[in-house]
Amino acid sequence: MKLTRDEVESIAHLARLGISGDEIPPLADNLSRIIDFVQQLERADTEGVTPMAHPLNMTQPLREDRVTEPDQRDLYQQNATAVEAGLYLVPRVIE
Amino acid sequence: MEWETVIGLEIHAQLATRSKIFSGAATAYGAAPNSQACLVDLGYPGVLPVLNAGVVRMAIAFGLATESTVAARSVFARKNYFYPDLPKGYQISQYELPVVHDGRIEIRLDDGSRKTVGITRAHLEEDAGKSLHEDFHGQSGIDLNRAGTPLLEIVSEPDLRSAKEAVAYMKAIHQLVRYLGICDGNMQEGSFRCDANISVRPVGRHEFGTRAEIKNLNSFRFVERAILFEVERQIDILESGGKVVQETRLYDPDKDETRPMRSKEEANDYRYFPDPDLLPLEIGPEQVEAVRAALPELPWQKRDRFMAEYGLSDYDAGVLSSARAVADYFETVAAGVADKKLAANWVMGELAGALNKAGLDIAASPVDAHGLLGLLHRIEDQTISGKIAKEVFEAMWAGEGDADAVIEARGLKQITDTGALEDVIREVIAGNPNQLEQYRAGKDKLFGFFVGQVMKATGGKANPALVNELLKKLLAG
Repeated sequence: MKLTRDEVESIAHLARLGISGDEIPPLADNLSRIIDFVQQLERADTEGVTPMAHPLNMTQPLREDRVTEPDQRDLYQQNATAVEAGLYLVPRVIE
Repeated sequence: MEWETVIGLEIHAQLATRSKIFSGAATAYGAAPNSQACLVDLGYPGVLPVLNAGVVRMAIAFGLATESTVAARSVFARKNYFYPDLPKGYQISQYELPVVHDGRIEIRLDDGSRKTVGITRAHLEEDAGKSLHEDFHGQSGIDLNRAGTPLLEIVSEPDLRSAKEAVAYMKAIHQLVRYLGICDGNMQEGSFRCDANISVRPVGRHEFGTRAEIKNLNSFRFVERAILFEVERQIDILESGGKVVQETRLYDPDKDETRPMRSKEEANDYRYFPDPDLLPLEIGPEQVEAVRAALPELPWQKRDRFMAEYGLSDYDAGVLSSARAVADYFETVAAGVADKKLAANWVMGELAGALNKAGLDIAASPVDAHGLLGLLHRIEDQTISGKIAKEVFEAMWAGEGDADAVIEARGLKQITDTGALEDVIREVIAGNPNQLEQYRAGKDKLFGFFVGQVMKATGGKANPALVNELLKKLLAG
């Protein structure tokens, strides 16, 4: 499997990674080899095997529907680059 | 060419839990921005989601009420996309193995016909936060209070054939989730909203046409308008030789049209995969049975019972079972009166009218069920006539006290004293000799005139049956 330049650019866009043009060929090469490696799994016979959703053979524990988290906005917002009126400010997302 | 419309709806019902689906933060509507967003909701590293038992019970309840299969094992998956109101970069949802699948619900159309609509699946997922694009110095403001609020996404089969059917289906689901108490159904607050998948095909063709998805419709009216517009748009394209493009569109209520979403708003490469932070959800038969045992009477069951138990018409039973609070109110009143139809008429008539006029929910009615029952007792024991009762009701609504207090204070007690009434009637007859002559000459219609005059003379307080009886006797001379 050989990833094209367009595919690498599309994957980078989906992951919001900024990559320069000359980084693409080596990335395409590396990613292709990773895919080839994993693709070996396709040769395994999985007839009748239930797909595994999680490596731990356990089921989901549940919590009761109770409010346990107090308002700690001020504490959490100390990490934010910009806040105003209680809102987190981010670069404008619509034109 | 004749065209057939094909619609499937994806309804998002916000589940009425106290805390979020994967965290212990509160879900109350209208709190100060970000005051209900904890580390899990904010997508901090190192935190783990833990599933809320309440949402599981609610999903099971929905599954049972729609004759769906409740999956013994379902799996949470990550739906990946970037948007600032989704801090983790993915939404936790369910993909290949939803908690509920293969169900159905019966809808009723305006013409009285019924139709069964298939429910493909219903899955649990978390809501995203809200982006505010007002001017924050050229930036967007993010409120993550809604992030992590539990949603049940209910996906219908493409069984709906018109905007009317789509609205009837949406209303049926809306009524059901409110009955089950799993969603408050508040559409203004976004607790109940839907996406519509719409396509058209020539009548008789089996294959579906290319569909467009209209996102985020938050009122029954908008669903209807958006579908009507979109169907028209697609038919115009096809009839002029064009092709419908599969795309996501938005309905603009101000312009009453749909338009494509900007490419930036659209993200369709979600790269779903099982969320490694969450184990498979297993639901055992004993848990399903526990939820089944706690299920309330469902809307259609209540409707049938109202017809059988109270002798109501299909229509009346439908109105009175439309919401649980209305049904409970009606049943409280009906239990205390002999004439069930009287109870039905008052709840659907005076009460519904007054509530509607005041823009109030029945739970906030100034006249509660026991208050109305007190009033109907006075009609039944002939203390007041139905007409006077309306005046009493208005006074009760205005806070003048219960029925007995109003009747006493305003002196509205019906005149049932035969002697007193005969005196009034004699006066009326004596005062209208021309009408009397005409009546006796055979103009029967004038009887109503005399009834009116007697009622006027008594301030409406005369017992109508007694008036009829005495008038007939005295007019005959």
